[in-house]
Amino acid sequence: MNFLLRLRTKRVNRSLFGNFSLFMLLCVMGSFMVLPLIYAINNAFKPLDEIFLFPPRLFVRNPTMDNFADLINLLGNSWVPFSRYIFNTVFITGMGILGHVLLASAAAYPLAKHKFPGGRFLFQIVVLSLMFSGAVTAIPNYMIMSWIGFIDTYWAVIVPAFAFPLGLYLMKQFMEQIPDALLEAAKIDGASEYRIFWTIVMPNVKPAWLTLIILLFQMLWGSDGNGFIYSEQLKSLHYAANQIVMGGVARAGVGAAVALILMSVPITLFVFSQSRILETMATSGMKD
Amino acid sequence: MRQSNLQDNRSVITAGEPSPQPNSWWGMKKNAIKANKHSYILMAPYMILFSLFTILPVVMSIIISFTYFNMLEFPRFVGWQNYIRLFLEDDVFLIAIKNTLLFATITGPISYIACFIFAWIINELSPKWRAFMTLVFYAPSISGNVFFIWLMIFSGDRYGVMNGFLIKWGILLEPIQWLKTEAYIMPIIILVQLWLSLGTGFLAFIAGLQTVDRTLYEAGAVDGVKNRWQELWFITLPSMKPQLMFGAVIQLTTSFAVSDVSIYLAGFPSVNYAAQTVVTHLIDFGTIRFEMGYSSAIATVLFIMMVGSNLIIQKLLRKVGD
Repeated sequence: MNFLLRLRTKRVNRSLFGNFSLFMLLCVMGSFMVLPLIYAINNAFKPLDEIFLFPPRLFVRNPTMDNFADLINLLGNSWVPFSRYIFNTVFITGMGILGHVLLASAAAYPLAKHKFPGGRFLFQIVVLSLMFSGAVTAIPNYMIMSWIGFIDTYWAVIVPAFAFPLGLYLMKQFMEQIPDALLEAAKIDGASEYRIFWTIVMPNVKPAWLTLIILLFQMLWGSDGNGFIYSEQLKSLHYAANQIVMGGVARAGVGAAVALILMSVPITLFVFSQSRILETMATSGMKD
Repeated sequence: MRQSNLQDNRSVITAGEPSPQPNSWWGMKKNAIKANKHSYILMAPYMILFSLFTILPVVMSIIISFTYFNMLEFPRFVGWQNYIRLFLEDDVFLIAIKNTLLFATITGPISYIACFIFAWIINELSPKWRAFMTLVFYAPSISGNVFFIWLMIFSGDRYGVMNGFLIKWGILLEPIQWLKTEAYIMPIIILVQLWLSLGTGFLAFIAGLQTVDRTLYEAGAVDGVKNRWQELWFITLPSMKPQLMFGAVIQLTTSFAVSDVSIYLAGFPSVNYAAQTVVTHLIDFGTIRFEMGYSSAIATVLFIMMVGSNLIIQKLLRKVGD
């Protein structure tokens, strides 16, 4: 019955013409969004003569794996073994995500569930910091890094990621939905705050973890440690990829292959976690 | 409401312990802090790092902006000199400000509205299509530095996709140096920036639309809501106010911070500074010329621009539906 009612109201407020034109708009804009990506994917499988074809063609005619083979060849000859670049990126991304999820959740729990002096104020500052981008603090950040001795180590990229404000913000909003009765019951049973956080709150915010993970992953996977990391053997996959892409005409095919590999990882991750991420975002109100 | 409940319960639980009756405001605060020491301990690691890498740099940036500092000598106090030089003597900075405001006023609102409209249309699709379309629109912003693909599209020779097609269709006879011609640089960067801009805000909108109470639409239909536009205006938008705020902050902040796309596509420096933004100007003075005082002044101006415009937008949005 309920279902029928919904169907009927839907029909009342929707015109066929409207549906059609909005759907067309969606398709046109969707192809604008996706065509460059399709072009990028196809380029990775094009033989060199097809990449430099006039007029250019979106889709590949004779797909080949040559570009990937060339890539492996090229990497075999590089000064720093390619596995090192992979390890660097995986290490930076993994550590950054782990630390951020732990620290941001620990900080979000009291902000969401307790009332204490200064709590509101601290949260306001985090919200304020969403309003400006990292470029503003780039120069003092460098000085601070060099005081602590983080320059030319992984930590210059990893540790600031721990304190990424958007993650704390989303986590706090999500934690507010946990029913208080659950926490109170645990408290009456004699659990300490830390125990409550670890055994009750954390398992309940798994969807929010995933969101934090994908946001951080995006940020760290694409970071090249620019300005902080100078040693060749500490540089990231992204840096190596950029060097290959910068190789110019002769490397165009290999560059496309690298780009495809780099972009497929975050997209795959998103596909598998989409529904959970949307769940977290649903709570992302800019309330104060 | 919820928080105050928890508070009451805690006082019930801890009532057994003898505690000295607070007699002053400070005494009460002190007791409250003591009672919540677990909260502070849980928050400490994050907050220490947050202060170290976000709050302290902002404060430092403001202080350094009043000095002459080249990283070698001790900073020398120069008062407002950096700011005076910035606004009165630095022609390139004025170009950068102009470009940045152009970005913020074009890509900010357009990306914001686009985020909402696409999220809104996608929300009407069946779940499978919804997931697919979300991916289509979100993929560009998530896939890292793929905007180099636009470098191939707007490449200056006839193998560039844009030139290739325009020549094939007979619109052009000669290839155009898209990214080396002043007039085309900004529009192209704006286009690419828009392509990249359906990110976190877009996801928040999609999710927010799914949480709007279905029964409101039914009630609306009974009350005489005639078409989808009225439904949007009277029911959907007011129910999504929190997400609208969140999206506005995210979109505006990113549109003020354009630099990667500009540097990557138009080069650094770009032809006749046509693609200079406040951030690229800051990078120029900070990492190439080592004028730290001056670049901190640029950073401070940018900080004020970003936070100021965000607060104004929030104030405006808060009025929607009141």
